[in-house]
Amino acid sequence: MRGFDAIRTGGKTTASSLRRIDSKPRHDRSKRRISGAVGFALPIAFLAVAFAGVCRASDANTVAVGGIQAKIAYCKDCHGPSAQGYDGYFPIPRLAGQQTEYLENQLRAFIEHRRTNNIMFNVAHALSPGMVSALAENFKGLNPRPIGGAPTQFVAQGRKIFQDGVPDANVAACAACHGPEATGSGPIPRLAGQLYPYLIKELVNWGKERGQNPTKPDTSAIMSPVAHSLNKSEIEAVAAYVSYLK
Amino acid sequence: MSYVRLKIAVMAIAFSAAAAPAGHAEILAIRNCNWCHGASGQGYMPAPRLAGQRPQYVAAQLMNFSSHARDNPFSKMYMWGAAANLSHQAVHDLAAYYSTLSPRAANDGDRALAAEGWSIYQQGMPDANIVACVVCHGPNAEGVRGIPRLGGLAYSYLKRRLEQWGEGFHAAAGPPMPGIAGKLSQNQIEALASYLSFVK
Repeated sequence: MRGFDAIRTGGKTTASSLRRIDSKPRHDRSKRRISGAVGFALPIAFLAVAFAGVCRASDANTVAVGGIQAKIAYCKDCHGPSAQGYDGYFPIPRLAGQQTEYLENQLRAFIEHRRTNNIMFNVAHALSPGMVSALAENFKGLNPRPIGGAPTQFVAQGRKIFQDGVPDANVAACAACHGPEATGSGPIPRLAGQLYPYLIKELVNWGKERGQNPTKPDTSAIMSPVAHSLNKSEIEAVAAYVSYLK
Repeated sequence: MSYVRLKIAVMAIAFSAAAAPAGHAEILAIRNCNWCHGASGQGYMPAPRLAGQRPQYVAAQLMNFSSHARDNPFSKMYMWGAAANLSHQAVHDLAAYYSTLSPRAANDGDRALAAEGWSIYQQGMPDANIVACVVCHGPNAEGVRGIPRLGGLAYSYLKRRLEQWGEGFHAAAGPPMPGIAGKLSQNQIEALASYLSFVK
């Protein structure tokens, strides 16, 4: 794993250039939104004045744009400028392209102590339900390149496990649930482009990190026997394979 | 690579400066490290402690000084010149050498602020969109790979670095540090710098 350093240095450059690439479309999008709104601006201004009281009441239930933009930037401080993930002292998972249902469920899982993580417990606690869905929607729309860095020599073995499972160990094909492209579906997470060290950490510690609240059983139970039945080298192989998928 | 040989070279040069072959840019640069960073790499004001620092971080910073990417005033004044003529091998050897020295904690922060600093470092402030430093820098602020050790660095150095990101001296740090440091108040910066100065 120490051999990743050279790659990581490269990854940092990519990360900063990604942010630069990223910021332009973001401006363009907001400009488009503004110009599209100009035609309506005047009548809306009148309405706003006329119904100021009513508007103020409804504001409480919506997420302010500044609020959500600042929160997205906060998520990206750790999860990377394009939410591609970041390998800090602890591996920080990719959120880009993640299934909204999965992401929302995980944020609830931290709060309900189904998934143990002190940092994410605090983070999730400060999010309103409107904020959670806005964040999930935002990350779903991002599609940066995987950060890579996994050893390549077991990728072929990993592909085989992903597509065919490990029949002798009674492990079904990962593709059966996570999809042939590992993009996930609904409550089942996208794995494509996920961080190699994060995937290993999750698979190795599945029974200690997930499904930890006996009063609230969740979908993590489905993965439990699978994670348990894979040995270390199989975990590393399949993690390497999916980490490179776009 | 020979740490021992390099160490002997550094010591020899430090104690017999006159004997250093004049005009040999690399050896002069090695001697220069000790003038400001101390013979055991523990740092003096304004030069930070290098002992126990992550080698990938030190190497990256030396290259940032030499490319002028790290551009705060002290960097310009001291490190641009110091790193100007280092070969790739010299950068690598210096970084490896200082990483093997045992760091001592500076212990020079404000003890009254250390608890608040601990809380920001270990837990972040989710309501204020401030992330927890521990996630990248580690539970004992020891750093990992190219992410620097912060534990035990001098209060004044830590404070200045956090302030400078907010002042626009960004070039050497990719995301996320300029953005994170820019969100910290003066009091929060002083609390973090205080806490970290005591971490062993």
